[in-house]
Amino acid sequence: MSEALTQIPVTVLTGYLGAGKTTLLNRILSENHGKRYAVIVNEFGEIGIDNDLIVESDEEIYEMNNGCVCCTVRGDLVRVVEGLMRRPGRFDAIVVETTGLADPVPVAQTFFMDEDVRKKTKLDAVVALVDAKHLPLRLKDSREAEDQIAFADVVVLNKTDLVTPDELRDVEAAIRAINPAAKIHRATRAGVDLGEVLDRGAFDLKRVLDNDPHFLDADDHDHVCGPDCDHDHDHHDHHHHDHHGHGPVSPIHDVTVQSVSLRGREMDSKKFFPWIEKVTQLEGPNILRLKGIIAFKDDPDRYVIQGVHMIMEGDHQRAWKDGEKHESRLVFIGRDLDEERLRKSFEACQVAA
Amino acid sequence: MPTVAPLDLDGHCVAAVFLADIPHFALADGSIHRLDHGHKTVQANDGLLCATLDLTGTKLITGGEDGKVFSTGPDDAADIVAEAGRKWITSVAAGPQGALAYGAGRNAWVKLPDGKLKEFSHPRSVEGLAFAPKGLRIGVARYNGATLHFPATDGKPTELEWAGAHTGITFSPDGNFLVTTMQENALHGWKLADGKHMRMSGYPAKVKSLSWSAKGKWLASSGAPAAIVWPFQAKDGPMGKAPLELGTRGNTMVTCVACHPSEDIAAIGYDDGMVLAVRFADAKEVLLRRPGKGAITALMWDKAERRIVFGSASGDCGVIDISA
Repeated sequence: MSEALTQIPVTVLTGYLGAGKTTLLNRILSENHGKRYAVIVNEFGEIGIDNDLIVESDEEIYEMNNGCVCCTVRGDLVRVVEGLMRRPGRFDAIVVETTGLADPVPVAQTFFMDEDVRKKTKLDAVVALVDAKHLPLRLKDSREAEDQIAFADVVVLNKTDLVTPDELRDVEAAIRAINPAAKIHRATRAGVDLGEVLDRGAFDLKRVLDNDPHFLDADDHDHVCGPDCDHDHDHHDHHHHDHHGHGPVSPIHDVTVQSVSLRGREMDSKKFFPWIEKVTQLEGPNILRLKGIIAFKDDPDRYVIQGVHMIMEGDHQRAWKDGEKHESRLVFIGRDLDEERLRKSFEACQVAA
Repeated sequence: MPTVAPLDLDGHCVAAVFLADIPHFALADGSIHRLDHGHKTVQANDGLLCATLDLTGTKLITGGEDGKVFSTGPDDAADIVAEAGRKWITSVAAGPQGALAYGAGRNAWVKLPDGKLKEFSHPRSVEGLAFAPKGLRIGVARYNGATLHFPATDGKPTELEWAGAHTGITFSPDGNFLVTTMQENALHGWKLADGKHMRMSGYPAKVKSLSWSAKGKWLASSGAPAAIVWPFQAKDGPMGKAPLELGTRGNTMVTCVACHPSEDIAAIGYDDGMVLAVRFADAKEVLLRRPGKGAITALMWDKAERRIVFGSASGDCGVIDISA
């Protein structure tokens, strides 16, 4: 077939009204970064740019009749993506903007569940914009604000100039408590480096860990930042060191999302796969995201997995490096997770020490 | 032996039709190509998403990304006949006496034969539109079912419910049945007289192409390695009956179907660009076109039952002559 089989990357942009989504979109559309974006918005609203590739679309959440209680897709995206992809030469990537109150899960699931969409596009990353000033209030009055953070690969903590350093630290700790696996970028006027938001490959199992070598290192106290450390010291790492033992705790209450970070030795694949299947089947509705690197016995490669509710994907990523500790790490982000049971059953999949 | 007159175009073919008996090809970029002793092009929508022939077969009605509806005749004129703002027009339908319907977002509009415009708002998106064969009645495919409006009167709409997302819609030629395509790999049908349900499932892929055979005796569909052809001769339609599976191939899928105007034969287009003609009675196959560059997206027979136009997702279109 001569049809190009390259999949177009899709970035999903979430965030409450006033968090700065429009400012960021205007930057994506106007800045000279050499790429052309098709943007799917709920309302044209204040996007000040005239562009044929801004598509207005009504958010349509469709439940699937497949017996899976959490399987929902955005029906409008199925149609818009199909239309856009009939003329693929016009753009290099797609950005989907969701409404402030939107649940990010159906958007993400569309890119896994719909065969046609999946064939032509790939989810690149879910980016949540957060207003540093108003986040504490949002977390108190809505579940969506929490879901958006819990589900994000990248969190842009915007309007940092409107809060004191103490407030900023608390807000950042709250985000970290909800989602220990996301990358956080501080910004004012949505002035984040677009390279940190676009073309991240956050759902690409081969890339996900290369982008963030300290992924899931949240309570790795042995790690000392050296000159070859490429993670963002100011924004990312030091807060982890403040919270020994039990993982970060949110200084802002009313947070219902929790994360469970598990760590273990090499795993027995015959035990691990049936276990993770069972967990995602039974706990799927409560799991917003899961990510992990698994070391299997007698396997020279690192195995990475990630999931959205009941959907799970896994693949070999790369060979373990010489001297790299063969360790398995897994994080669940969700609600009503039984940490003790997850930990024990996870540890039961380990090979004998 | 069938012969193929190819027409290689650049882009996804949305519709391939005989417009006043002349082959026309409408591409996603909005260009409409006429193949008649030479190749001529006219520009319709800026971004063409959906197309249908009117009932006289002399106008091609198209809707697009530009929020406009164009009507294009064989005289190479593309006229704007409706506009609906900045939203994409994602479905169009043509009805009796020149009636016209189009949908954008959650609204559908019907342009009545007297030129009056009726607007219908829905709580969820309008996914598909079709006119009933008789009377001025329009069906809207939507989430959790279909809605039937009578645009010439102000009567209450009829709601047909079935859980799930319904994405396309067609009435049987006798007007007795309504069938929708769904987001999952299935069709759903209603017998309109009593609202009885018909579940047609088991497809490995989404159904994107439907075609009623002569007199509506059969409904052919894509979405499987064979054309799935449901019997509609009985008064309860295909319930309790197995469909025919025609033109089965091991390594590719049927993407488009078009039934012969008078006989129980279907032209079947595949993902690899092949086109077969298959007779329902004995499943006998005739190769009409070898595999090409892209999936077949459009097929239509001419009135003389001699030629078939086809279009593909990669733009390798053409006309098959079976009389040669």
